[in-house]
Amino acid sequence: MKLSPAATAAIGGTVILAALPLVLPPYYVGLMIPFYGYAIALLGFNLLFGYTGLLSFGHAMFLGVGAYGAAVMTGVLGFKSFELTLLAAVAASALIALPVGFLCVRYTGIFFGMLTLAFGMLFHSFLFKFYSVTGGDSGMRVARMNILGLGFDKYNKIEFLAGPFYYYCLALLLIAGLIMWRLVHSPFGLHLRALRDNARKAEYLGVHVHRCRLAAFVVSAMFGAVGGVILGFRVGLADPELVYWTQSGQLVFMAVLGGFTNFFGPVIGALSYILLQDQLQSLTEYWRFVLGAVLALIVIVFPEGISGIAVEFRRRLGGTRA
Amino acid sequence: MSAFANILAGGVFHAAVLFLVAAGLQLVFGVQKIVNLACGSFYALGAYFGVTFLTYAHQAGVSDWLILPELIVAGILLGFIGPPLERMLRTVYDRDESFQLLLTFAMVLMFQDVFKFVWGANPRSLDSAYLVYGTIRAGDFSIPVYNLLVILAAIGVAAGLGAFLQRTNYGRILRATAENRGMAEALGVDVRRIYATVFTLGAVLGTTAGALVVPTAAASLDMAVEFVVEAFAVVVIGGLGSMRGALAGALIVGLIRALSIVFFPEVEVLAIYMIVIGVLLLRPAGLFGKAAA
Repeated sequence: MKLSPAATAAIGGTVILAALPLVLPPYYVGLMIPFYGYAIALLGFNLLFGYTGLLSFGHAMFLGVGAYGAAVMTGVLGFKSFELTLLAAVAASALIALPVGFLCVRYTGIFFGMLTLAFGMLFHSFLFKFYSVTGGDSGMRVARMNILGLGFDKYNKIEFLAGPFYYYCLALLLIAGLIMWRLVHSPFGLHLRALRDNARKAEYLGVHVHRCRLAAFVVSAMFGAVGGVILGFRVGLADPELVYWTQSGQLVFMAVLGGFTNFFGPVIGALSYILLQDQLQSLTEYWRFVLGAVLALIVIVFPEGISGIAVEFRRRLGGTRA
Repeated sequence: MSAFANILAGGVFHAAVLFLVAAGLQLVFGVQKIVNLACGSFYALGAYFGVTFLTYAHQAGVSDWLILPELIVAGILLGFIGPPLERMLRTVYDRDESFQLLLTFAMVLMFQDVFKFVWGANPRSLDSAYLVYGTIRAGDFSIPVYNLLVILAAIGVAAGLGAFLQRTNYGRILRATAENRGMAEALGVDVRRIYATVFTLGAVLGTTAGALVVPTAAASLDMAVEFVVEAFAVVVIGGLGSMRGALAGALIVGLIRALSIVFFPEVEVLAIYMIVIGVLLLRPAGLFGKAAA
């Protein structure tokens, strides 16, 4: 049986990721946890951006829903199960995304971006100002949780993150990736691409443009919440910074860095961003400047991102199409 | 009653500064169709540079009475950053608007560290230097003359911009380019130069606003990213690309902020975003925008 290039890439990537804890020191393994969070969130984000053509500048809102959802589930309600928290956060995110998306997807382009930005900042100022509910700028604590009913009590938090939780996140990413792969290759995914390229034509052919956009928005919000739960759990805190508009910009940055035209682009983007940021932060206090320069370079010279460069490279080598 | 007047005066001052930045944003969007996230960075740059400029001017023995014109000069001097940044943006004019937005976001990130590198992480301020002009009092009502002068300056800029765009030849060419770039180009307008001029003018409006605000508030690293959201709110409420809209939007945002800080502190920014969302939903083109999108 001959595997498709995508399947080869996915399996190869999984094997490498699975081997990492065996070769890397725990610090780097722990660093990979945010990668999983962002990668899952970005898979969803790219359904909206890459496949539907809607650039959201408020997507960090759903990371926030995930993180605060985890804080409420563990801190306020006292649940200890990670799976239950995930379910609750995803459901909450879908519930919020439904009305927000309903209002936003009536517009495209710059208006969609600004409307999502406004909703994101609305959520941010709610978190920031309603001190009694959300803890204001000090945020809410996310307590430790069980995964699959197992407490791993003999591990301290760092060992837990670098060990069992690492593989748990890898599994989550694989599941999220599979779901997304099925989605974008289903008729629904085709509808999205059709309406991205020509909304009027798609409508004429019987695509429910608004309904499809709304569905993409809600799905991407659900993925965002999963990412947010992971991020919140890793730091042990849900704070309003996670929802600020620059954080949404960072998500867009990652998607473009990896290449939003490619299915694996967002995952590659999350990985390269995390590694780049970590390296830069250890090198210089002025890492933001370098990140900005990298972003400018990507936007100007390589608009298809790292995955675009890789695909081009394969083509030059005379390989098959990717 | 006079307490209320004090609040209103504060709101109008804030609105004046907001208007300057928003006018720059509108100009660039109107002509170049680019939403410039870096407008907040221009504002912060103006504020930081204003502190430095005034400090040197003070050492050189320039009278404190010249603080207002000095700050305006500082803002205008910063116009030199316009052309190189515009040159960078020129590479993405033909691309999707998300790329344009991202490139200006890259500028925001870079500016952030330039501020940190040049001026350090601590806020920089001028110690109430603006009080040289004194304060006008009427009963309980009081307003620093400096604030009044800034408000007047903003009104002057609004009138000047209006006259420039409506009555001068260059203004007509600008509007024609905004209306239909291809046709303007075909009629012999050097669109490249227009774009460079417009972007520089937009940047100068931002830097001047920042310079003017610094005697009353410290220049800090957060001000760029915080201000840009407010400026966005102004242009969305007023309508993208409309100068009259910028004026109305700035007044609405400035006054609401001032009133809510006093009466409902917990909804301060919340109220602004609610209005933004309301306007976008009911009138996506804004109060003064053309029906589009």
